[in-house]
Amino acid sequence: MAAAESYPDDLKYHSEHDWARIQGDEAVVGITWFATDALGELVHFEAPEVGSTVTKDQSYGEVESVKAVSDVIAPLSGEVLEVNERVINAPETVNEDPYGDGWLLRVRVADPDEADALLDAGAYRQLLADQ
Amino acid sequence: MAATLLHTPLHDRHVELGARMVPFAGWEMPVQYAGVIAEHRAVRADAGVFDVSHMGELEVEGPHAHDLLQGTLSNDLDKLEPGQAQYTLLTNEDGGIIDDLIAYRLGAHSYLLVVNAANREDAYAWLKEREIRGSDVRDVSEDCALLAAQGPRAIERLGLPPARPFTFAEASIDGVETMVNRTGYTGEDGCELLCMSEDAIRLWDAVLERGVVPCGLGARDTLRLEVCYPLHGNDIGPETDAISAGLGWACALDKEFEGVDVLRRVKADGPERRLVAFVMEEKAVPRQGMPIGVAGDGGSGEVTSGSHSPMLEIGIGMGYVPAAQAQPETELTIDVRGRPRRARVVKKPIYKREG
Repeated sequence: MAAAESYPDDLKYHSEHDWARIQGDEAVVGITWFATDALGELVHFEAPEVGSTVTKDQSYGEVESVKAVSDVIAPLSGEVLEVNERVINAPETVNEDPYGDGWLLRVRVADPDEADALLDAGAYRQLLADQ
Repeated sequence: MAATLLHTPLHDRHVELGARMVPFAGWEMPVQYAGVIAEHRAVRADAGVFDVSHMGELEVEGPHAHDLLQGTLSNDLDKLEPGQAQYTLLTNEDGGIIDDLIAYRLGAHSYLLVVNAANREDAYAWLKEREIRGSDVRDVSEDCALLAAQGPRAIERLGLPPARPFTFAEASIDGVETMVNRTGYTGEDGCELLCMSEDAIRLWDAVLERGVVPCGLGARDTLRLEVCYPLHGNDIGPETDAISAGLGWACALDKEFEGVDVLRRVKADGPERRLVAFVMEEKAVPRQGMPIGVAGDGGSGEVTSGSHSPMLEIGIGMGYVPAAQAQPETELTIDVRGRPRRARVVKKPIYKREG
């Protein structure tokens, strides 16, 4: 069952429809409800290797639905500490719970200042409204 | 692409149901309502209905209608009695496939051809040019709406009597007169309901009221791919021949029709490449146009259709490979945007109901 539309206030957002939950020098990242709705039910997550580096504003993987493929853009730079195996094995988890069980990566944040460029929930909602 | 997309008579119904509408062959069509996977599974488990009113309907009539079609379509129309239907190909001089279609014999001198939306004009023009005295080809697409009700419970839900595949009969469904064709594009039991355009909304509503799930073109594509029905424009086309595509069974090579010489030669020599079905052995979704590699210097091929199988929950596809690599169990490599992913040739169909 797909989740209802939401954009939690405790997250930071990237304009390419990605979110980050920053906790100390680590962040958990994923894709927003808007992205999951646009794609439809996910059937594949092409994830980066643990230990590899992702770079802010650049693609670190792909998510696919039956009909579409989309790059996933890193909201922050850093080293991949963990890939969500649950999503690898059951990609629809992202549709069901995009900000909870459907997270994609846990990363060690390389540069905390990068977060300043991200949007808060209000600004991201405004971005969606302006599209 | 034309700026204005055509609408079927059911367009407003789709929008009201919350369908995601997309351009397809010049039409604005529903790609999904609730979701491709849920719709796909509804058809495999129970019953779903697709608006396929974008497809074309050509009527061919007259004392020589049979001769015209026997000389232009690949399958043997002599095997078709009134009340029966047949899968067949409209072929060009090179044996290429202008369209794949279903021919319905309405009477001794009257046929209905249901053609692909994207090929309606080409098929009509091709046949019109070849009209002979005593045959008349008419495009009646705009008068017709077509709903495909598919799934193991479709017939029961519609209250229709049992009938053999590839037959048709008139019936009334909740007061709407319709031609019930026991054909489809999903590999499931079911029917395609042809009615007058002005009756389409009443028929659609009646079908939904009977608990049949509305399904979009997304599920139609995954359903047909699981059972390896070719899609014209992807797997077959004017540049591909029926023998290489595995459609020799729909070609009566002992009769004369356009391109038959070429097809006889391909059959005698053996095709250089064949359309095979494959399943992924690693997590990946094959897509149309991806290169297929084969072991050693066996050459290469290309994916013509690829998707995720909602029933098998793996990537599946079809594509052309060198004939020597077409045997089931042959290992293939699909180039997924630069990443090699292992796949294996399988016998068609990819998905078959258990039991």
